[in-house]
Amino acid sequence: MSSASVQIIQAVMLLLFAPLAAGFISTCKARLQNRRGAGVLQPWRNLRKLFKKEVVMAHHASWVFRFTPYIVFTATLMAASVVPALLVDTPLSLTADVIALVALLALARFFLALAGMDIGTAFGGMGASREMTFSALAEPAMLMSIFVLSLSAHSTNLTTMITHTLNSPFALHPSLAFAMVAMVMIAVAENGRIPIDNPTTHLELTMIHEAMILEYSGRHLALLEWAAMVKLLLFSTLIVDLFMPWGMTAQADLTGVAIALGLWMVKVAGLLFVLAVFETSMAKLRLFEVPEYLSGAFVISFLGLLSYYMLEVGA
Amino acid sequence: MLSLNAALAACMVCTLATLIPAFCSRNGLQRSLLCLLLAVTGLLACIAGLAGLLVGGGDLTLPLGLPWLPMHLRIDALSSFFLLLIGSLLLSVAIYSQGYLRGMAHIASLTVFMPLFVLGMLGVVLSDDAFTFMLFWEIMSVSSYFLVTFEHQHVENRKAGYIYLLMAHLAGLLILGSFATLYAASGSFEFAAMREAVISPLWAAIAFLLAGVGFGTKAGMVPMHGWLPEAHPVAPSNVSALMSGIMLKVAIFGFLRVVWDLMGPGDFQWWWGMLVLAAGSGSAVTGVLLALQQNDLKRLLAYSSIENIGIILIGLGLGMLLARFEYPMLSALALIGALYHAINHALFKGLLFMGAGAVLHSTGTRNMEVMGGLIHRMPWTAALFLVACIAIAGLPPFNGFVSEWLIFQSALMAPQLGGTMLSTMIPFSAAMLALAGALAAACFVKAFGVVFLGRSRSEAASHAHEVDHWMKLGMAIPALLCLLFGLSPVLVIPVLDAIPQLLLHTSISDSVHAHGWLWLTPVDTGRASYSAPIILAGMLVLGGVTFWLLHPKGRTIRRSKMWSCGNPHLNARMQYNATAFSQPLRRIFSGVYQPEEKTHIARPFHTLLTQQVRYIVHIQDLMVQRLYQPVADYVLSLAKRLDRLHQQDIRAYLAYTFYTILFLLALLSIKQSIAAYHFWPLMQGKALSTQILAGQPRLPVAGLVTGVAV
Repeated sequence: MSSASVQIIQAVMLLLFAPLAAGFISTCKARLQNRRGAGVLQPWRNLRKLFKKEVVMAHHASWVFRFTPYIVFTATLMAASVVPALLVDTPLSLTADVIALVALLALARFFLALAGMDIGTAFGGMGASREMTFSALAEPAMLMSIFVLSLSAHSTNLTTMITHTLNSPFALHPSLAFAMVAMVMIAVAENGRIPIDNPTTHLELTMIHEAMILEYSGRHLALLEWAAMVKLLLFSTLIVDLFMPWGMTAQADLTGVAIALGLWMVKVAGLLFVLAVFETSMAKLRLFEVPEYLSGAFVISFLGLLSYYMLEVGA
Repeated sequence: MLSLNAALAACMVCTLATLIPAFCSRNGLQRSLLCLLLAVTGLLACIAGLAGLLVGGGDLTLPLGLPWLPMHLRIDALSSFFLLLIGSLLLSVAIYSQGYLRGMAHIASLTVFMPLFVLGMLGVVLSDDAFTFMLFWEIMSVSSYFLVTFEHQHVENRKAGYIYLLMAHLAGLLILGSFATLYAASGSFEFAAMREAVISPLWAAIAFLLAGVGFGTKAGMVPMHGWLPEAHPVAPSNVSALMSGIMLKVAIFGFLRVVWDLMGPGDFQWWWGMLVLAAGSGSAVTGVLLALQQNDLKRLLAYSSIENIGIILIGLGLGMLLARFEYPMLSALALIGALYHAINHALFKGLLFMGAGAVLHSTGTRNMEVMGGLIHRMPWTAALFLVACIAIAGLPPFNGFVSEWLIFQSALMAPQLGGTMLSTMIPFSAAMLALAGALAAACFVKAFGVVFLGRSRSEAASHAHEVDHWMKLGMAIPALLCLLFGLSPVLVIPVLDAIPQLLLHTSISDSVHAHGWLWLTPVDTGRASYSAPIILAGMLVLGGVTFWLLHPKGRTIRRSKMWSCGNPHLNARMQYNATAFSQPLRRIFSGVYQPEEKTHIARPFHTLLTQQVRYIVHIQDLMVQRLYQPVADYVLSLAKRLDRLHQQDIRAYLAYTFYTILFLLALLSIKQSIAAYHFWPLMQGKALSTQILAGQPRLPVAGLVTGVAV
């Protein structure tokens, strides 16, 4: 197998497994709440239904509204294909480092917020305003956490960072623990999960992501929902990559890739299960407590940085 | 010599353009000539800059100026880069002006002062001695005052112009002080001598502080930014584009020239970089936070300029720190990042101001609250404005991302510099850069969303019209350049590489394009890499395939009324507007803004029947209010006290004159006695003044020497 084919497999896998991951979370949540749930495949069925449906658009919707689903979907997919999941050194992983990855997702968000404002309903503007506000607060925290990781790896390239973690002997680094907590907190916020936003509610005054896409229908809505699922899987893979990459293969041979695939699925499923447990046991935060949550994440990652300089540099 | 000749020709054309009103009086002809000559100037400046960067510059001494100090001009890599920056934006602004000034009456003052303003900026960049520098600097400041007060019939424009003039001269005074310090060390006004001079650390620090605050004031660094949000919005939009796009960069040029070139990295002290870094982080975050709360489109853009100057200063501060701790490669990377952002900001901010001018031209207002839905009426302007919004928000594949990425990289790669405080300061400023970038994205979602998207909020907005071809062309050039600079940083950076070679004697061009034109790798691929062409190509292919797959024949989009939650009477006033968009941030950062909010609820009939709710919010620039107001009050009270001295009769005035002359003579004789003391190295200490008198009998005011010096 060439590394290029693994690259393609990886990207397609992230794309196809994303609805399954979303289905997995909702099934886990249903079981935790003593319900049977709709099954792991339900998001796939929803997508299929939406792709078949007709698109209805407001009279005064502009081209920004019409092209946003495609921009959001491709930017997210592009970001997903940059993240290594199975093979450490994929051909595309050099096109964008972590910062560029974050920027690609920011591009998707930028257009989503614009589309929210395009129709001119109160809900769309509200969602756009809140999404941009909270993401502005999340971004420095995310970057700080990446900073902590890149300090020891001397790089922001995902491949180099993963190789560094794989090659260094296992040890408990306090700075990494801080960085991981911050990163998980940010990932929850960026994906609009509880306690920041609730992806399963519509028409609540506290909704953020759903408010922006309220006017969408048919295949446009399907693309946006799919992009959101890919983003969730992308963040899980990123956390797995950065903090527990063990099992990823350096060579593109069949057994190595198969083992890596199995381990990746176990690790991501574990992460998603933890998310489901948290979502079941927690209530949503009040809207204006979200900044405190995000600045908490920033402070935690900053502590990680300080502890790196104080405890680990000389050692 | 090509570059020098082109630059001189640019100056000549500019000078010629100031004379237009003298030999033609028709408004239309004046406008066309002005735009033509400015475009030629821009083109020549571009040629000069490119030639200077690629072939090399030269120097020249003009027999103009003071008798003992002819004008020294010189083009090196640094001035070439800024010539290119001036030229590229000037060219598009000149084309744009041809459309923008149409229908504007009495443009004679504009035809005089706009070329003069450009001449001032060109001269500052070209000058090679302090006198020429200050001369052109003042031409630039004074002529831009007349441009700010172009529409002087409005009171607020005159006020803005006055504040601008005041602060520009404060800045000029500080810069003059810094040159005076360097003159004292070198004994010459020529830059070549200043470069060679050895300066003591204390005096170097004083010169740095004077230059930093002076140029910072002109660049709009917080807290010296008070003039910027007043002056930029009231100037005509083509002038605002030049002021924000180029003039602020000329101040950055001045800073680089004095601190990096004349003093040089050898003189940097560790706290200099810290100070610049802190000022940059502060400006970036403060600028964007205030920009978010503006409802005046051009004022929003003005505050965002403060943010971008902050980003440039973050890059320069990092470069200074890294140069001080002897990491020339990383320092060069930070410097390149800062310069890249300077040219990027010139492009997209120029474009944004031109776009705002187009909106102003066709709706007649700068107030965002009455706009909306302009994307349907002005599709070209909207698309070009959107390009600038994406670029300024620092998103790939446009140019804003590249420069911010380079600055991030130099911050991330900065190794441990003496002490934890210093080491954490760098990541912290990078986090502030991230915060500023993300807030800028929010700010420009607001700007584009409220102005161009949604439904029109007023009669003027619903009857807006698209601008003419000149204006579209003028905006299209920087938009195209934004994309090009975003896609091909690997081709641009080697051209800029002459600047770190000049200032730091190091080159990063080898490592940058070691992997071909496709990959931007600041140090090596293991560290970080970014390839905008692949990202753009990948997105185009993926997007195209998705679009093609989802559009089989016969599947059209059904247009319908928007979904209204069952309420049949939605109107345009129910949209989120500019004030509403920034409400969450106003609440989160209420400690920073301290907004004055008032809510009036009218319940005329019954306590449960609300008829009208009125919400008034007022946000002031607290920095300006708290810092400038006390100074202004103090100056005013001092002036009141001095006022008494003016209410005298003629004898008192004669006495003033007499004592002043006496004082000046005393000053002169002190100077001469000091000079005499230096000529008499053997006579140190004893009976100083009498010995000097004996030795120098021809001193004209010798009698005063004993009287004052002893």
